[in-house]
Amino acid sequence: MIHFLIHEASDNVGVAVVEVATGTDLIGRDLHSNEQITARAEEAIPLGHKLALKDFAVGDSVIKYGNVIGQIVQPVKTGHLVHVHNLKTKRWA
Amino acid sequence: MEKRKIFGYKRENGTVGVRNHVLILPVDDISNSACEAVANNIKGTMAIPHAYGRLQFGEDLDLFFRTMIGTGSNPNVAAVVVIGIEEGWTKKIVDGIAKTGKPVKGFSIERKGDIKTIAEASWAAKEFVQWATELQRTECDLSELYISVKCGESDTTSGLSSCPTVGNVVDKHCASGGTASFGETTELTGAEHVVAAKAANEEVRKQFMAAFDDYANLVLTEKKDDLSESQPTKGNIAGGLTTIEEKAFGNVEKLGKKTKFVGCLKPAEAPTSPGFWYMDTSSAAAEAVTLWAASGAVIHLFPTGQGNVIGNPIEPVIKLSGNPRTVVEMAEHIDLDVSKILQGEMTLDEAGDLLIECIVHTANGRVTAAEALGHREFSMTKLYRSA
Repeated sequence: MIHFLIHEASDNVGVAVVEVATGTDLIGRDLHSNEQITARAEEAIPLGHKLALKDFAVGDSVIKYGNVIGQIVQPVKTGHLVHVHNLKTKRWA
Repeated sequence: MEKRKIFGYKRENGTVGVRNHVLILPVDDISNSACEAVANNIKGTMAIPHAYGRLQFGEDLDLFFRTMIGTGSNPNVAAVVVIGIEEGWTKKIVDGIAKTGKPVKGFSIERKGDIKTIAEASWAAKEFVQWATELQRTECDLSELYISVKCGESDTTSGLSSCPTVGNVVDKHCASGGTASFGETTELTGAEHVVAAKAANEEVRKQFMAAFDDYANLVLTEKKDDLSESQPTKGNIAGGLTTIEEKAFGNVEKLGKKTKFVGCLKPAEAPTSPGFWYMDTSSAAAEAVTLWAASGAVIHLFPTGQGNVIGNPIEPVIKLSGNPRTVVEMAEHIDLDVSKILQGEMTLDEAGDLLIECIVHTANGRVTAAEALGHREFSMTKLYRSA
């Protein structure tokens, strides 16, 4: 079973494609290269939500589709949820 | 791609429609009730009530007439009865629709009252519907259809599955000589450079960037916060989308991998040649689809993540979703389930071919989920306050 997908190799977040429980060892797939990647969920990630694939500090850019989709406003550890509580737009801020 | 055939309605001006509506079209808000009365009298006709048509001026008035004339001119429409309070604007819309060669008659209420107008217009509507129901579908090329694309209630699965499925169909349809259009100007924010790079030439790129900058400036001028209450929407956020940039990159997956866009259209403006066209539209689903229908589009492809329910009175809206929860919980709204893409059990190319099958069935007359459920959202775009 595939737990999460990334669009490009440079993405630093993955998208959960199933409901993910805390502590699950995850199998992911790079949609571009079709290569398998692994990660571990340190908190629950709902279907469709994003998982940090690295540690983020405040001000770091989040990369998805190989492009910047916003800026981190609260530190995030690998394996945790990335969403509106810690990621904001750079465009309409 | 091989030439797929469909059975459609070849109109007087050579365009191909997939529906055969007889419309009762109000010029203005105060003529809605007369139109609804006529549509109630004469079965098989449809009134399209709306909120505007009085005291508009300038570019907003131009857009109003383009929308009304375009709606009546759409190849999915066989004939039109137009009713307005005054003769002048009624005649302007009638004359505009008459350029297509299709039957159209106008009626004005002033100096006559509703009841007499309804009686006269009902006679015309009866004549039109009896004539239109004798028209036969004939074999046409799928590539003769003008298709519009726009997503709604998007989530992260949209960018992974349903939007690139539409992109796959855009590539195939345009490669076979078809016409298609995309828009949603504000929802390109963050990915506008990706769109600009798909312009067929420098002039088209400049026109696109001018339209984009204009809309972006409106947002920056009018906004009171970071728009986090409206863009992304609450539904988008519930589905995992966090920022407008993330939403935009999912959105532009609909543009395909190979297709360049050949021109930029004003809202409700008709394409002048086959190919892929950018239209400057709002990202609100009903407003945008209304503009495409008015530009002549006959089928709309609508990828959804969380499950939008939108339809249009004259342009069938085909909905597809790749969200495994939505295709179950919102099943009655979804025409095509592409959720197998997420587990790698279906390729985008396979999903694109399934969507083309769905387009062919819809073009041949099968009603979409939105049509069966009676969704007829007609929402005019208003540029500014009336005089």
